[in-house]
Amino acid sequence: MAEQGVGARLLRKEDDRLMRGRGEFVADIRLAGLQDVAFVRSPLAHARIRGISIPPQYKDSVFTAADLDGVKPIRAVSGLPGFKISEQPVLATDKVRQVGELVAMCVGRTRAEAEDIAASVELDLEEMPAVHDMLEARGRGSALVHEHWGDNIFLETFVDVNIEKALDAPIKVTREIRTARQSMAPLEGRGVVASWSSRLEQLTVYSAAQMPHINRTGLSGCLGLDHGNIRVISPDVGGGFGYKGILLAEEVCLSWLTMRRGHPVRWIEDRREHLTAGANCREHHYIITGYADRDGRLRGIDCEATVDSGAYSSYPFSACLEAAQVASILPGPYDFEAYRCKTWSVATNKCPILPYRGVARTGVCFAIELVLDAIAREAGLEPHEVRFKNLVRPEQMPFDNITKKHFDSGDYPEALRRALAHFDVPALRTRQAKGEPDGRLLGFGLSIYCEQGAHGTSVYAGWGIPMVPGHEQATARVTPDGGLELRVGVHSHGQSLETTLAQVAFEILGIDTSKVKVTLGDTAITPYSTGTWGSRCMVMAGGAVASACREIEARARQIGASLLQVKTEDVKFADGRVVSATGDVSMEDIARAWYLRPQDLPADVHRGGLEATVGYKPERDSGTFSYAAHAVTVAIDPELGDVEILDYVIVEDGGKLVNPMVVDGQIYGGLAQGIGTALYEEMPFDNNGQPLATTFADYLLPGPTEVPEPRLDHIETLAPYTEFGVKGIGEGGAIAPPAAIANAVNDALKGLGAELLCSPITPRRVLISIAAAKLRRASAAAPAGTRS
Amino acid sequence: MKPVNFAYERPRHLDDAIGLLADQTAHTKVMAGGQSLGPMLNLRLVQPDLIIDITALDQLKHAEKLRDHVVLGACVTHADIEDGRVPDATNGAMRAVAAGIAYRAVRNRGTVGGSLANADPSADWVSALSALGAEAVLRGAGGARILAVEAFVTGALETALGANELLEAIRVPAQSASAQWGYYKVCRKTGEYAQAIGAVLLDRPRDVFRAVIGATERKPLVLSDARALFDGSCDLAQFDRGATDAMLQSSGMTDALDRQIHTVAIARAVRQAAGA
Repeated sequence: MAEQGVGARLLRKEDDRLMRGRGEFVADIRLAGLQDVAFVRSPLAHARIRGISIPPQYKDSVFTAADLDGVKPIRAVSGLPGFKISEQPVLATDKVRQVGELVAMCVGRTRAEAEDIAASVELDLEEMPAVHDMLEARGRGSALVHEHWGDNIFLETFVDVNIEKALDAPIKVTREIRTARQSMAPLEGRGVVASWSSRLEQLTVYSAAQMPHINRTGLSGCLGLDHGNIRVISPDVGGGFGYKGILLAEEVCLSWLTMRRGHPVRWIEDRREHLTAGANCREHHYIITGYADRDGRLRGIDCEATVDSGAYSSYPFSACLEAAQVASILPGPYDFEAYRCKTWSVATNKCPILPYRGVARTGVCFAIELVLDAIAREAGLEPHEVRFKNLVRPEQMPFDNITKKHFDSGDYPEALRRALAHFDVPALRTRQAKGEPDGRLLGFGLSIYCEQGAHGTSVYAGWGIPMVPGHEQATARVTPDGGLELRVGVHSHGQSLETTLAQVAFEILGIDTSKVKVTLGDTAITPYSTGTWGSRCMVMAGGAVASACREIEARARQIGASLLQVKTEDVKFADGRVVSATGDVSMEDIARAWYLRPQDLPADVHRGGLEATVGYKPERDSGTFSYAAHAVTVAIDPELGDVEILDYVIVEDGGKLVNPMVVDGQIYGGLAQGIGTALYEEMPFDNNGQPLATTFADYLLPGPTEVPEPRLDHIETLAPYTEFGVKGIGEGGAIAPPAAIANAVNDALKGLGAELLCSPITPRRVLISIAAAKLRRASAAAPAGTRS
Repeated sequence: MKPVNFAYERPRHLDDAIGLLADQTAHTKVMAGGQSLGPMLNLRLVQPDLIIDITALDQLKHAEKLRDHVVLGACVTHADIEDGRVPDATNGAMRAVAAGIAYRAVRNRGTVGGSLANADPSADWVSALSALGAEAVLRGAGGARILAVEAFVTGALETALGANELLEAIRVPAQSASAQWGYYKVCRKTGEYAQAIGAVLLDRPRDVFRAVIGATERKPLVLSDARALFDGSCDLAQFDRGATDAMLQSSGMTDALDRQIHTVAIARAVRQAAGA
């Protein structure tokens, strides 16, 4: 049998349908009597609603908040002390608080007709000052997004660990660092098809969702409907990245509408809605100071971090997860003694900020890695020298860092050494000093991060948000022909779980992966789960599948031994067969006995048969720590500000890799998104809170020609607490690139005295920075009295 | 994002198409490849009563080489030019420009006439054809008229096309074998609209020295006599960045970095033309 188990580079089972265009996404679903929905959305960022006027011919096709009897607003409360609660009405009531907020729902026979109806609805809005800048919004005198709060602060956090010990450090560098607001851009947007069955008394909601069980819980709360009356099905999903982990007001609206109207209804998000009203993420601001000794030893970090959380707290992650996480993860993989961090989650009149692959890690990695390079420049050291001085060392593992994060295992300096080994740094320095023949400037940059994955109850109970992951369950069921069905509550939208979970089952039961059917994404037939987020699926669902398969193995051994007429303790399970000293039986034989020939079973056979649902948690659920070192060379065109990536190396440690090819795919995809964050993606707003990138002509994503093929290298340090030693790796590729690329850019520009401290690093920002540095040099060089 | 309801006609004869344009009460849009108009319809930025699809007009797909120029029907696609399926008289300049337009999928459908008639300042043909000294053939009920491309494009998204005129063809003059050509486009990434375009053509035997600075917020700056940028000479080595910057400033480009990238674009086009 070919290699199929844990560690095999198996081709993906799901590719046959997905690569041939035979997937079934929400927009592919056709139900009899289906009608389409378009929404009237707020054209203003902040306004009081004075009136909504609906042409008489459309009275029965347009619905507003006044129609939504008994529907409750979306509330995502955090238990962190001081958190202020926002209520997001699913259709706006008295006020609109962001451009694109839903005001009225219009239903037509086609989407075009629904859009015609929506265009005929007139809004009478009284515009209010828009809260568009998170720093201004923190101050007194700002307009208020939620007036009754008295300010715009969802949550403030503060941590201080001996910062006074660092203050006498000889090196002190302070930087103001920003990451732009972005829009995560899965190929498929959101979409909902909702229908009501009077036979089952059940609402079925097809939704492009990462966390269908959480959607069901959220819908149940908003609609006042029992869980049993709701089924959420998430079919094929074309990428999630966090956006599809959120309960949308649109899902609540369509659920209500199908129950009101009796026929199925559909809303498929278009890209303008996606960019301007739905998917926003990443907007951070830091004022950060690094204290260090002359030899590069980091003494402490002091930081004030602000996150633009947007208008509402999103369900289930809440408005504060991002900023509050900043405080706990900013130290990254570094060991130092003094730390202070203050954070603000600020409400503004923009889309709610949503968790995007890497969540706060991409921002904090950017902040601390840029500061480490600034320290290196100040100390006259190579960036890697400063990192070697401060990285947590393998002999410290397991290691509890300054914010009590528990690093489970790993050799961080080794990752950096191996990344550096791909380059000849002294030769790069010589070439850099000489200058490129075409006039471009060469730069070399590094970044290192750690990615906490699959963190569970002990971590999330503390956040107090509506969702706390517990035991992850899997159902394993042998079929009468000796195949296997797996039912798992997480979902797969690019993660390849149909393949990798089958590999885990093969590892235990030896059932050929082609005979393993993995079912995901349906609340009616999968165990409850918080779903797919936080790099958790391989650890949690993989562990659950392994546990369920072990239970099946035990039961198969009992039946097999009986068929072989020996004692259960005298058989072993190998290669999918139960083997005794004298003979063996296959899983097919065993399944036939249980399902079709029960007369052959022993009297005391386990009554659970060949079906088992088993829950799993790692021995310790504080999370797995995967990590990587990224190293990159860039060339900058100083006349145009253009940054070209010349070479990109990633050395990654994800523990045991269930399918190395899938892991490489995750890293490639993450890198593409990281390059987007670093160089291209930005969702700007004007002072009226209007989003300015409304199509992909304005919101630039990296394409095939902008993403180089990286050189990948793996370290495999087994996780001590998980099944097989696996670690979550889903997000890492997107975390480190902005920092590595920015450091390379700053390395290239250091000779000019220019430094870039915000993402994305656009050509214009590069040119501005070069021009500003030139002015500084000129004014410094000019003798007194000669300035003009 | 679905268009409003509109009527759709796909005439077989040029006269029928021009006849359809005659109804002045209807808001009519002509569609060739639809690569710009399609998205604008879906975004409802354009809400026409009637779309006239001109892709069934064989005349508009015709291309031929005449004595001193090549005629390209308006519906010749970028890919037709890129792949050499139509004659070329520009020593490959047209092919190279075509190959750099957007993505292959766009080039397969997008047309030279559609792009020019859309007159987006950051589109390639607006600048490239101006630099090549090409002409536009406009067909109306009363016959045809011919305008230099720089006269055809009157502003950003504005042309000299009359309400019942159709852009029928482009005439691209034949170059001498020794003609020197440079074209440089500044783009954020492959396939995006340009942020700056520089183009220069020096064809001494024909006594042609043209330069274009395009992808500005208005129609491109076209110098039918480029010597002003070369210290009064026809020597590509004499390119004068200061004079270029001053000209951009007087043309209303107030942002210094905008002027910088446009100056760099034309400087690099000049370097290309000089074979440096």
